[in-house]
Amino acid sequence: MKIIACIKQVPDSEAKVKAENGQVTWGDAPLVINPFDEYAVEGALQQKEALGGTVTALCIGPESAREALKHALAMGADEAVLVSDAALGALDTVGAARVLAAAINKIGGADMVMFGRQTLDDGSGVTAAQTARLLGWPMLGLVGHIKVEDRNVQVSRVIEEGRQNVSAKLPAVLSLVQSIGEPRYPSFMGIRKASKAEIPVWSLNDLGVGAPASIVTRAELITPPSREVTCEIIAGESPAEIADKLADKILAEKVL
Amino acid sequence: MKTFVYIDHFKGQVQPASWEALGVAKSLGEASAVIFGSGVDALAKAAFEFGADEVLVADDAALTDYRAEAYASTLSALASARTPDLILLPTTTRTREMAAMAAVDLNTGVLIDLTGLALEGDKLVATRPIYEGKLYEKAVCSGKPVIATLRGRAFPRPAQDASRSGSAAKIEAKAESPVTVEGYDVAEQAVSVADAGVVVSGGRGISNNPSLTPPAGMDEKQAEVWRAQQGFALVTDLANVLGGAVGASRAAVDGGYIPYSHQVGQTGKVITPDLYIACGISGAIQHLVGMRNAKLIVAINKDAEAPIFKQAHYGVVGDLFQIVPALTEAFKKKLGK
Repeated sequence: MKIIACIKQVPDSEAKVKAENGQVTWGDAPLVINPFDEYAVEGALQQKEALGGTVTALCIGPESAREALKHALAMGADEAVLVSDAALGALDTVGAARVLAAAINKIGGADMVMFGRQTLDDGSGVTAAQTARLLGWPMLGLVGHIKVEDRNVQVSRVIEEGRQNVSAKLPAVLSLVQSIGEPRYPSFMGIRKASKAEIPVWSLNDLGVGAPASIVTRAELITPPSREVTCEIIAGESPAEIADKLADKILAEKVL
Repeated sequence: MKTFVYIDHFKGQVQPASWEALGVAKSLGEASAVIFGSGVDALAKAAFEFGADEVLVADDAALTDYRAEAYASTLSALASARTPDLILLPTTTRTREMAAMAAVDLNTGVLIDLTGLALEGDKLVATRPIYEGKLYEKAVCSGKPVIATLRGRAFPRPAQDASRSGSAAKIEAKAESPVTVEGYDVAEQAVSVADAGVVVSGGRGISNNPSLTPPAGMDEKQAEVWRAQQGFALVTDLANVLGGAVGASRAAVDGGYIPYSHQVGQTGKVITPDLYIACGISGAIQHLVGMRNAKLIVAINKDAEAPIFKQAHYGVVGDLFQIVPALTEAFKKKLGK
């Protein structure tokens, strides 16, 4: 079984992300593997353990993104590939999917390509489906459980209303959610292996594709008004009155 | 401006943000509602009542179940033939995929989970959260049509007017998909704590309802667990109204009140829901690290000094056994459930 886990490097979730001179900055906060992508690596390793085969971690990013790939290698991935090119500055989601599809083809295809559900930075959560569409492979999104038999993959998809159970023939693109299982910690041996690993860097030229045009572009960054975490105590004459006020406060926050 | 609005539904239950999208489309010009499925006449009728100028329906047995490829192809073929300027969808698990694929098919871009959309000159400018909502961006799409999904409750919902009606136009389904739907599990705790947008959690305090009399013959521990289960029933009612999952503190799991899979915190799960409601949870540090990145945190606890209030945006100092059911009722009313 040949499995590719697509990952991205992002600022740590604890980072104080700010807009400065029209750019996103996060001070000296560390860059890490996108936490949702750790589930992609974990799911890929689970399938490798169950079925045999190899796991290749694939990442688009600058040179620094090697560190995210090393994390995947330390978790147990066999190989890693970095796609890096000065022309890949402001990729939109379709552009990223075009580059990933080209890289997957250059790797020689795969039986399964795993993604996380979304990235912490852009958060659109659409690249997996766009990559599947470009490859012409089935898209199995938001998967919490995987069972492969022969060339058939059966999955349970976590949707708003519960779970939708679907199946498809391999090869397929999957995006994985937390129910797949907690990502394993890199082992000592894994970290040693990762530190010595050769990670090839592919340019757009190597992939044989031009720089994708960015159809979606950012016009402006906006800093949301800061909300102090001071607790506003809701009081009232009766439980019903308190509940009514609290429900209005929650609805006004637009989190539902 | 000509806008198509995709009406997202699960077995005929419409995601209400679909109507909000219809309202946005109307404010920009001509709005066509687009509905896929089988036996969806009731949805077409509702779309007219919510203000659609036109309703386009792909009613086909092969579209009974959502499958990304089939739904995306049907949408792309329709858009190629009728060339809308804009396609709006409510943000759901389904529409993220459909919008993503349609953008590839139509060689355009996609803007996900918008909280704002405005016409500036002849350009549509979208506002959307990035970096977990730490920042927002204004983004534009130079392709045509512009494809965008709208965050639920971010735009006003138009009024439903039962006097409005019309007859829906049939459109062709493109139902080929490499995916076979085997079935559904629409279980009580179908959405895991980790995947849920809303989590309502119970802690040790959940077993302290003195007004309950356990059934005869229980020993002290059995009675405690029985009380806790009654408490979790209230928590579950609230979670269900909000479409969320039930979580628990380590104390509640260790007490045998609820299975480990519900535990939130260092030894359980680190979660980042949009809304976290802590009921009868004092807020031990391992619980706090598990939930403090939730966008909005609400704490209900009888102890005003409980550490959970230091992490919460809103708090109620009071009896959870009265507040939680009252909150469930309040949301039922306000959400029209």
